[in-house]
Amino acid sequence: MSETIEKPYTAKELETDQDVRWCPGCGDYSILKQVQKVIPELGIKREDLVFVSGIGCSSRFPYYMETFGMHSIHGRATAIASGLKAARPELSVWIVTGDGDALSIGGNHLIHILRKNFNVNILLFNNQIYGLTKGQYSPASEEGKITKSSPMGSIDHPFNPLALCLGADATFIARTMDRDPNHLRDVLKRANDHKGTSMVEIYQNCNVFNDGAFFIYTDKETKAAETLFLEQGKPLIFGEGKTKGIKLDGFKPIIVDLANGAAASDLWIHDETDRVKAGLLSRFFDNPKTEGHLPRPFGVFYTETRYCYEDALVEQITNSISKSGKGDLDKLLKGSNTWKIA
Amino acid sequence: MSKTTEITKDVTILFAGDSGDGIQLTGTQFTNTTALFGNDLSTFPNFPAEIRAPQGTLAGVSGFQLRFSSNEIYTPGDACDVLVVMNAAALKANLKQLKTGGIIIANTDGFDPKNLGLAKYPAGVNPLKDNSLEKYKVHEIDVTKMTKECLKDSGLGIKEIDRTKNMFVLGFILWMFNRDMDNTIKYITDKFKKVPEIMEANIKTLKAGYHFGDTSETFTTRFQVEKAQLEKGEYRNIMGNQAAAIGLVAAAERSGLTLFYGTYPITPASDILHELSRYKNFGVKTFQAEDEIAAIGSTIGASFGGALGVTASSGPGIALKGEAIGLAVMLEIPLVIINIQRGGPSTGLPTKTEQSDLLQSLYGRNGEAPAVVIAAYSPADCFNTVFEACRIAVEHMTPVFFLSDGYLANGSEPWKFPATKDLPSIKAVFAEPRKDEDPKFMPYKRDEKLVRKWAIPGTKGLEHRVGGIEKEDITGNISYDPDNHEHMVKTRAQKVENIADTIPLQQIDNGKEKGKLLIVGWGSTYGSIKAAVREAIEEGYDVSHAHIKYLNPFPKNLGEILYNFDKVIVPEMNNGQLVKVLRDKYMVPAIPFNKIKGMPFSAAEIKNKIVETLKK
Ligand SMILES: Cc1ncc(C[n+]2csc(CCOP(=O)(O)OP(=O)(O)O)c2C)c(N)n1
Ligand code: SF4
Ligand SMILES: [Mg+2]
Repeated sequence: MSETIEKPYTAKELETDQDVRWCPGCGDYSILKQVQKVIPELGIKREDLVFVSGIGCSSRFPYYMETFGMHSIHGRATAIASGLKAARPELSVWIVTGDGDALSIGGNHLIHILRKNFNVNILLFNNQIYGLTKGQYSPASEEGKITKSSPMGSIDHPFNPLALCLGADATFIARTMDRDPNHLRDVLKRANDHKGTSMVEIYQNCNVFNDGAFFIYTDKETKAAETLFLEQGKPLIFGEGKTKGIKLDGFKPIIVDLANGAAASDLWIHDETDRVKAGLLSRFFDNPKTEGHLPRPFGVFYTETRYCYEDALVEQITNSISKSGKGDLDKLLKGSNTWKIA
Repeated sequence: MSKTTEITKDVTILFAGDSGDGIQLTGTQFTNTTALFGNDLSTFPNFPAEIRAPQGTLAGVSGFQLRFSSNEIYTPGDACDVLVVMNAAALKANLKQLKTGGIIIANTDGFDPKNLGLAKYPAGVNPLKDNSLEKYKVHEIDVTKMTKECLKDSGLGIKEIDRTKNMFVLGFILWMFNRDMDNTIKYITDKFKKVPEIMEANIKTLKAGYHFGDTSETFTTRFQVEKAQLEKGEYRNIMGNQAAAIGLVAAAERSGLTLFYGTYPITPASDILHELSRYKNFGVKTFQAEDEIAAIGSTIGASFGGALGVTASSGPGIALKGEAIGLAVMLEIPLVIINIQRGGPSTGLPTKTEQSDLLQSLYGRNGEAPAVVIAAYSPADCFNTVFEACRIAVEHMTPVFFLSDGYLANGSEPWKFPATKDLPSIKAVFAEPRKDEDPKFMPYKRDEKLVRKWAIPGTKGLEHRVGGIEKEDITGNISYDPDNHEHMVKTRAQKVENIADTIPLQQIDNGKEKGKLLIVGWGSTYGSIKAAVREAIEEGYDVSHAHIKYLNPFPKNLGEILYNFDKVIVPEMNNGQLVKVLRDKYMVPAIPFNKIKGMPFSAAEIKNKIVETLKK
């Protein structure tokens, strides 16, 4: 979006006059704030912005954005956004969805929008719980999770959302979190810059029904050891004092100790365009309680250039017009075989 | 050898054979030639659910019925004059359709012991040989053998040769009804441009069939059906789904909107998708979604963006769309929902016709979710009706159901097609861009008809949010206020009711305005009711016919019309749906008359009902 806008707007001007109704302390507030902060920097006309959501706490998001918005029905935001984008390719379309909305009821539409690669941005607020319906486990909840609907622990094996998206041939996948505003904004910018469906998983704390689900990634004590921030062209380094690294032994990632003689030059260098490595990274998904587990990656895992559905659709129309001329309704009405009654 | 030509007014011919025999193609080609000649006509293709059902079996029989006439006609005929059967199963399945004294043209190769067995004739029984067909004129032709003979030097394999069999039959029938082969030859030439051997083989077989009629001693009579005296003008032949597709393109053009068609394939609706996806140079955007929910979801998105949003399916798919239709009701955006009905419930009878989704269209959603419902009554009428559905959706910012069914979708008739300039224009009212100093935008502010403006993304100053949660009137803000909710439910209902002010009054199609008996129909029963009522009136019965196109809201004078008759009978291809609505709304003791066999009513069935009722 290089077009300059006559009258830039501020983050403040993206706020609506509606009271924000999330629970106090909910991670959604921080995401809203960062979105409002980053959007004015993107150079998109305000009237060209559309936020489409499904149903869930997270899906209330459009009501708080002074842009065009639709709070639709559970799981279907991706489908609705597809049609909107097909009809109006010039709009900047953002989908806001939850882990239940996107991965459970809307799972089918999610995989299909990814393969079709409409140029839209998906913000998946993952709190690993059904917030709005007051705390049942979701397809992202971990095994054994105790919730209102799983008093003896959930027996559902969870989805690994980014691995799922990669499997659906997503052209951009990234992970960030509500409690790291700078990183969140950077990732949002990258998502917007990517032409194609940008899938951004945002770890979001639901302090009412699943408080602390991601604390190990945000808490000062544990953050360094448990998180791995991906940077293009840089080695995979993490840990307190950046002393740990990851190298590949064949296809097996292993943690090495840089303080104890491991060579930095042997480390895995992050390459966002490497599909195979992105697959491995998406599998850095161990239960953090297991011994010797890998850190959880954040940042852009993978990006690829592939044609967008809406462009191909428009192109077929253009080609068809240049080949057969603009449709003539009278000819169509008449068809090829007629007879006259005098 | 001398041949005589018999002039006749009205012929019904039924082609029947394996679904792999090319029956539908034979029927369609003969229909096109007949149409070009200038007869009035009506067709009824009837196929099995399986694409290639086991060969030779009763389940695998595919049929194509065509009635053509020098008079105006309304149905594809109750019984047929000529039955063309490619095998024993086709004869067994359709013999009861043949009039006494009718002609049977049988492909003898399809009556070998194997085929007789598959058709479940007892061992040793061959209907062609046992005098059981005495009541009919039977002509046996070994089509298979003659086709082989004709193509023996073509260098084609047995399978390919066998596939041209239907052309032999077509050629023969063209001869029998005094029609020329030009149109068919043109068709074959176009279709097989890229495979000249096949093109030549088909033309050769076609001609062989034609000349066989000329030279064979057994056939001494040809038939001639003169042109029909239809209303003056230029005509083409058209099928219901084709008419619907063209109607959508026309509505897009006359509204200045881009047509967006979001759908998921299902019989018998898919042909509209096939047709529209060829019209890319009209700017039509077709979208084959992953399921029906995504189909309607994408359509709602497109409509929110300012396109003419149309989604289509048949009953099972419409069931899946229910929640999203409710969303469109709440959003108050234009949306056309096409339902090409088929036998239900569940998968039901996918290739057979039924009218059993009327109540689903009217009521099949959660909450108070009124939608407009209109139904086409003939194949050509699908054009006008779908156009009208688009007009109402756009001008009243509401979801509109367009109901058709398998019988209309695949049936065909001559159509006096309109010119673009004679089509009404459709006026979309968009909200205008707003300047900063202008008053705040009110997305749910309404005009006197209670219609809001279409406020599409990309319009400066109109940023606003819509959604499925109850909203405050005028501002569109979320509101859980009890009084507001009641007000909004009533407002949305009234908005739909107000449409009654813009639609034509109900007409009596045939018969007096007041009398003993009124037959009230809707949708595809039109032709059979029309034919039956016309006959009954000629015979002196006091009966009238009204056919309802606008099923929600009803025309304003409908109640009055119903009250003007002693009795009201409602024939429907369902277990009684419109009849329930009429009883509910007008408190009339309307009588249901139902047929739920996946087959249209015959005119005789309705006529008998009329006679029986009036004789009591
Ligand atoms: C068709 C339908 N089924 C169920 C619901 C109830 N429902 C609303 S939100 C929700 C789950 C939301 O979870 P998630 O998407 O994770 O959003 P969160 O509230 O956690 O942000 C459910 C089951 C609904 N609104 N519609
Ligand atoms: S329930 Fe959880 S996710 Fe929903 S608003 Fe409250 S804290 Fe946020
Ligand atoms: Mg959730």
